[in-house]
Amino acid sequence: MATLNALLTGLKLTWRHMVQARHRRRAMDVRQPGFFTETTGDVTVRYPAQGVPVPEVGRYRLHNQMDDCIVCDLCAKICPVQCITIESVKATEDVGTTSDGTKKRLLAPVFDIDLAKCCYCGLCTTVCPTDCLTMTKVYDYAAVDIREMIHHFADLSPEQADEARAKAAEAEAAKAAAKAARKS
Amino acid sequence: MLALLLTIPVLLAFVIVTAYAERKVAAWMQDRVGPDLAGPYGLLQPVADVLKLLQKEYIRPAAADPWLFGLAPVLVFGAVLAGFAVLPVAPGVQASNAPTGVFYLLAIVSLDVVGLLLAGWSSGNKFAVLGALRAVAQIVSYEVPIGLAVLAVAVLGGSLDLQTLSYQQGILSPETNYLFGIKALGLDVTHVGGLLTWNIVRMPALTVGFLIYYIAALAECNRAPFDLPEAESELVAGIYTEYSGFRYAAFFLAEYAMMILVCVVASVLFLGSWNTPLPNLGPARLADWTTGAPGTVGGVAWGAGWLTLKVLTLLFGQLWARWTYPRLRVDQLLRLCWKVLTPAALALVVAVALWKIWLG
Repeated sequence: MATLNALLTGLKLTWRHMVQARHRRRAMDVRQPGFFTETTGDVTVRYPAQGVPVPEVGRYRLHNQMDDCIVCDLCAKICPVQCITIESVKATEDVGTTSDGTKKRLLAPVFDIDLAKCCYCGLCTTVCPTDCLTMTKVYDYAAVDIREMIHHFADLSPEQADEARAKAAEAEAAKAAAKAARKS
Repeated sequence: MLALLLTIPVLLAFVIVTAYAERKVAAWMQDRVGPDLAGPYGLLQPVADVLKLLQKEYIRPAAADPWLFGLAPVLVFGAVLAGFAVLPVAPGVQASNAPTGVFYLLAIVSLDVVGLLLAGWSSGNKFAVLGALRAVAQIVSYEVPIGLAVLAVAVLGGSLDLQTLSYQQGILSPETNYLFGIKALGLDVTHVGGLLTWNIVRMPALTVGFLIYYIAALAECNRAPFDLPEAESELVAGIYTEYSGFRYAAFFLAEYAMMILVCVVASVLFLGSWNTPLPNLGPARLADWTTGAPGTVGGVAWGAGWLTLKVLTLLFGQLWARWTYPRLRVDQLLRLCWKVLTPAALALVVAVALWKIWLG
């Protein structure tokens, strides 16, 4: 008898869910009212057409605010999966200051983050001295070609980069020459 | 030949509807939406499934027996398709008017198990062999309660002809039907028809017979909760592990065709076959209105319509059970068969016989 009862209970349960599935549960953020009280209806999020609300402070895609970056390379060093590639070049002229007043001394011809490798640990954002590297709430950026997963943040054009490299090399050479002259 | 050419498209249409219903019912029972992108309401999903399967490469493992591996799906589907030959569709409409239809049906459908055994054995895969062992143990065991439940109907009807058994269950009956099969009550329901002359009401003990048949038939089709031969969480895909493409599609088709077959047989034997469920109530001649004269277009339409409705209801029951109950363990499966269903079915046969002799 207990068996039959259990069998019937099961049938009733699935029947109830089937009938209730004609209602759709709203895609809700946990902070919205009703998140815990809306317990019936289908739960499917029709993904490309509909998204789950994420908090403003979501920690998904990395973003680097290049204006504030001092190219200190700390993020690349702490990254456990080596997904950040930075090439730094010494600036030969004044390149301004960051928004917190730190003087910028380096230029970055290359500042690439390979988000296909990123493990979203957030270590790079904690070590960033100027808080220019942050995680954003953007999570929907899958790409067909894996090379599109490498995001480029460098703000120099290839010509500018070459020029900066040349100037830095020149300055280096000049410095070396001055040093040699002093020695002799 | 004509019957075969008609049966196959109708069967395919039913399979497609069932496959779509399966996905949707499963989804709703789990608070999901189910397919809704392929066509309006996802209606083209089964078409997409079929196209996908047809395009797949035919892969035969090196360890497989080439002949038997190819033969198995043909045998499985062939056996099930052959079963459809004797099913009555409407008064007078039947592919083959076999006087021993019930016997033929049980015999030919048993061939199914040979195909499943071949499929598992010839794959050269341990999961497939385990699946085949389970399939044989399960299907051979469940033949017994099925056979006994069907025997009870044959005892009541005194015939093995499915069409004769169908005629007995409605207003077209050549014999006199008494309420609950008890002559002493003196209630002649031959011309009332409807639900009151269905086998489960003519012989109330057959309600139990219907349940036994329905449960055992579920096991016979290898459907959850008796899907041990396939058991994807234990045996990868059991007997189907090594199959792909069209051959896999043939197994898939056979499974759904088998579901439909057992549901049609259940309707024919227990639920009044193609007869209307509406009885004649005084001036409201509901049964007369919803039954056409045999041989006319109306007769065929009403008969086929009622049968389809019953079959779809029973199919829904199978889906419902599948998405409600967890799979049985092997020992539980055999216990249910040998210790519950078989004794109950034996008692049923005796009860029906005695009822018929003493009360009928």
